[in-house]
Amino acid sequence: MKTENKRVLWEPILEQNPIATYILGICSALAVTTALDTALVMAAAVTAVLACSSTAISLIRNHVSRSTRIIVQITIIATLVILVDQVLQAYLYAISKRLSVFVGLIVTNCIVLGRAESFAMRHPVGVSFLDGVGNGLGYSSVLLLVALVRETLGSGTLLGLPLFAPAEQGGWFVPNAFLLLPPSAFFLIGILIWGLRSWKRRQVEEAEFRIVGVEDMGWS
Amino acid sequence: MPSKRKGLLEALREMPNDSSTKTLLVTLAVTSVCALLVSTAAVLLRPVQLAHQEREREEQILGIASRLPGIEQLMGTIEAPRLESRLIELETGRVIESGSAADYDLLLAASDPRQSVELPPDEDIAGIQRRALFAPVHLLMQEDEVKLYILPVYGSGYASTLQGYLALAEDGNTVAALTFYQHKETPGIGTRIDRPEWRSQWQGKKVRDEEGRLRIDIAAGTVPDSSPEAAYRVDGITGATRTTRGVANLVRFWLGDYGYGPYLARVRSAAAPDAGASP
Repeated sequence: MKTENKRVLWEPILEQNPIATYILGICSALAVTTALDTALVMAAAVTAVLACSSTAISLIRNHVSRSTRIIVQITIIATLVILVDQVLQAYLYAISKRLSVFVGLIVTNCIVLGRAESFAMRHPVGVSFLDGVGNGLGYSSVLLLVALVRETLGSGTLLGLPLFAPAEQGGWFVPNAFLLLPPSAFFLIGILIWGLRSWKRRQVEEAEFRIVGVEDMGWS
Repeated sequence: MPSKRKGLLEALREMPNDSSTKTLLVTLAVTSVCALLVSTAAVLLRPVQLAHQEREREEQILGIASRLPGIEQLMGTIEAPRLESRLIELETGRVIESGSAADYDLLLAASDPRQSVELPPDEDIAGIQRRALFAPVHLLMQEDEVKLYILPVYGSGYASTLQGYLALAEDGNTVAALTFYQHKETPGIGTRIDRPEWRSQWQGKKVRDEEGRLRIDIAAGTVPDSSPEAAYRVDGITGATRTTRGVANLVRFWLGDYGYGPYLARVRSAAAPDAGASP
């Protein structure tokens, strides 16, 4: 594989992660990460939608007018999401019920439209496909990491199978119910972003404003 | 004519992207392809999805049935229990053979003016204003015999609408269980209706007396066993007067003439043909 293609495929995982670097697609990352199985299915769904939408949009990129391009992109994305949702309802019914609206909400996932608008509209089909897959993998890696922490420490299970002996049944493990609540994912993603940016300093954004301290108010 | 077709495509390709014609044509083409994909998937996958939903509903009702207090013993005595659902016309108590009870939503139908009737205020003791024309009844069967009638019921409590199931034994006149799967009554007070001790009191209570009068009710306090009322009365819950009144009212409503009364009359006369001779 050419180095350029490799870069497009692997960069979204650590260097340009859609969640950790660009803070996109946070909503579903909070909602579907209480268990690893839902996170896995969601990750696969988003990756499939991303890869197909980037490919399809790149295919017609030279024939879409500037004024209607967002409408066309959203139509394609929505179609793919409906297809994924229908397939999940047919073949993974239990998990699709647990994912509930969040599969449908992939339409509004900023990562998908973001890649379509900023990448697929200006690049050839092959590399657009790789970009879609790469960003899907970037999204998936954060989702799976968060879900892994939340499920193991929040319920003491892994993929639904008991991992630690819970205290209720005479074991040692006390599940932390806080990890099953949506705010915990915020903290985990926050810690993840902090860690990543401490390691890869290049991702640190310049501050847009300074938080006003007490001394600035002249109260001290 | 392939040459003309090619010419059209060629012309389209050369048209500026922002021209109205090309914008319209491209959008039309994209939406047509999308519509085709979505409808194909919907049609092809529908049977598989419906099978899942059907199975889920069955499991749900069986799950509710198994949560009814005292049902394990009953289930234990029934060999190969099977669940069937019927749609009945409430006013006449007739079973609607063509209707599907499985996906009938009693509460949703009641909110639709075409599928429901307004109740006279004096008769609306459950506080539901409108009542659906039809209702689903779930029957726990053993071979061809009905062992349990499971009736969906709902009504106003103190702070919320109580939704639950009332199960009647095979005679259609003896309560087997009462359970609520959804309500928002005051925690610790109204929620005592969920306690097994209280719920189990319903088991064995008679709905009507020999003359066919609706007698079942909740007493204001404790009913002594020696009382002639004991067969029809459940003890009230101190401090949860409004909630228990709500429960009593909804039970009496759904067992009365505006509820499942006509249907249950048919069940009773079928169960004891000699006693209920009058048609």
